[in-house]
Amino acid sequence: MPEKEKLIEMYRQMLRIRHFEEKVYELYGQNLVPGTIHLYVGQEAVAGGVCANLRKDDYITSTHRGHGHCIAKGADLRKVMAEILGKETGYCKGKGGSMHIADFSIGMLGATAVVGAGIPIAVGAGLSIKLRQTDQVVAGFFGDGASNQGTFHEGINMAAIWSLPVIFVCENNLYAMGTRQSIVMKIENIADRAAAYGIPGVTVDGNDVLAVYEAMHKAVDRARHGEGPTLIECKTYRHKGHSRFDPATYRPKAEVENWLKKDPIQSFEAKLQKMKLLTKKEAEKMERDVILTVEEAVKFAMESPFPAPAKALEDIHFKGGQQN
Amino acid sequence: MRELTYRDALGEALREEMLRDKTVFLLGEDIGRYWGGAFKVTKGLAEEFGDERVRDTPISESTIVGVAVGAAITGMRPVAEIMFGDLSALAMDQICNQAAKICYMFGGQTKVPLVVRTPFGAGVNIASHHSQSLEAWFMHTPGLLVAVPSTPFDAKGLLKTAIRGNNPVMFLEHKLLYPVEDKVPEEDYTIPFGVADVKLEGKDATIFATLYMVHKTLAAAQELRKEGISVEVIDPRTLVPLDKQAIIKSVKRTGRIVIVTEDCKTAGVSAEIAAIVAEEALDYLDAPIKRVAEPDTPIPFSPPLEKFVIPDEKTIIKAVKEIL
Repeated sequence: MPEKEKLIEMYRQMLRIRHFEEKVYELYGQNLVPGTIHLYVGQEAVAGGVCANLRKDDYITSTHRGHGHCIAKGADLRKVMAEILGKETGYCKGKGGSMHIADFSIGMLGATAVVGAGIPIAVGAGLSIKLRQTDQVVAGFFGDGASNQGTFHEGINMAAIWSLPVIFVCENNLYAMGTRQSIVMKIENIADRAAAYGIPGVTVDGNDVLAVYEAMHKAVDRARHGEGPTLIECKTYRHKGHSRFDPATYRPKAEVENWLKKDPIQSFEAKLQKMKLLTKKEAEKMERDVILTVEEAVKFAMESPFPAPAKALEDIHFKGGQQN
Repeated sequence: MRELTYRDALGEALREEMLRDKTVFLLGEDIGRYWGGAFKVTKGLAEEFGDERVRDTPISESTIVGVAVGAAITGMRPVAEIMFGDLSALAMDQICNQAAKICYMFGGQTKVPLVVRTPFGAGVNIASHHSQSLEAWFMHTPGLLVAVPSTPFDAKGLLKTAIRGNNPVMFLEHKLLYPVEDKVPEEDYTIPFGVADVKLEGKDATIFATLYMVHKTLAAAQELRKEGISVEVIDPRTLVPLDKQAIIKSVKRTGRIVIVTEDCKTAGVSAEIAAIVAEEALDYLDAPIKRVAEPDTPIPFSPPLEKFVIPDEKTIIKAVKEIL
């Protein structure tokens, strides 16, 4: 069990993600968010439990559903929100948007919107760590859908044969867009696939942040000591549809209701209160502070200018240092 | 000056850059101790630098490039080898969606110092999956740089520039060039990207040629000279960036251009060069632009079939005479 500060910090991060995402949803409804959004609401325990085990110099790779990963790794909410709104002050100066946020200063190596494409990149960061002989680790986030891509097989195999410090974090929210897992896989637990690569695979309740934390703790410990990669499958559920306009009618009502009852934030709050680590009053104050931070992020993003159109012609090639 | 083969010039560039910078490492299929690469470019390097820095990989092209991308954005300078250019199709997502776009998508936050070496070209009767010339795929993807060395001197100097630079480079070799010998200085030198080389000066027509076609064009030029026809042979050396001015300058002088490439004619390299000349130097042309290229077929196996579709001295001479 992690110490009190760690537990409280995980709770705070999860709250930050939840309120941030609810706000994005609200802004989206007001037509202020261009393009599409893939919300992380409901999956906060995964990013929370995983990133609580990482140092600032550790790396993560992320997906189209990546806001939560960025926030949990320590990204600045203002710059995330500004990027989502397409503003010049966003992390990517408005060039990436919701699906492509990166912050290299905190080891957030960027979100790719090609399902499964982040896996080889995470493995490459792992190889880089091995060659540079540091004790960093990489957490590669991806979904159940990505585990059917060739990159999953190729990437995990390569990390396994070279004993790379990579933790493969599969967020199994049971649906790849609208396709139920059972339609596209014979197996129930994606972690079973780890056996094929000769590495440990564990399945945990992805709505239980402590379970995620513990599994990740072990995996990070192994990775930092040169013992190689681990595949962690976190069973979880997105509260909203896949993306905008998706009412998610493919999901049975009873299933949705059952998962909503297992809300990762509510259950963690109850646990913390039961453990006498957080009073109701403290929780309320924390929530007020979080809401305020999110409001500040919105204000910053709304007041920021859009990029000058001709900036579209910049950053095609990296300008610093030695040119090719 | 001493002479080196194209193969050894490339190997020497890799060796010198690995000695110069410990973040440079190589990965690819069978590049290590046993084979030293299918075309022997990396022969001896595993013995000198060890298996960690000259890394044999599984047959996983997509992840070979993806791993190189991940390593490149975390402090390393990987040089990946794809055994045959045709197989780059397997890695297209990592090349074109990831490596090419990371700098742009993430707002210029990171360099992507990555080189993908791969051989193109027909001429050894290995049919449709081992003989193509696919330069246009990469020219068509913003973010990539594309090098096409035709001589041992260019190969060494351009490869060094590719490795030292901060952007992803598709370094396209030609399998018939590996045994070609020519002068290569012993001292360290680099060749900047975007600077064409006039391989032969002439006044009656400009011939733009790349890779092995440079050699066929030079042979054709010798024949033409016997008939009193003097052609200028321009080798761009890099297709991205492209030295447009060198082409236009030459066309302004000769008033005629023949474009000789081994890739398919439709939407290929020759189409782009023709469009540039038409847009920027039409008034200087005394004859229609002429293209000599592969006639839009897969590369066939049987020697007479293959010979038929690949441009040679005769087709080049014929094309020149048609516009004189």
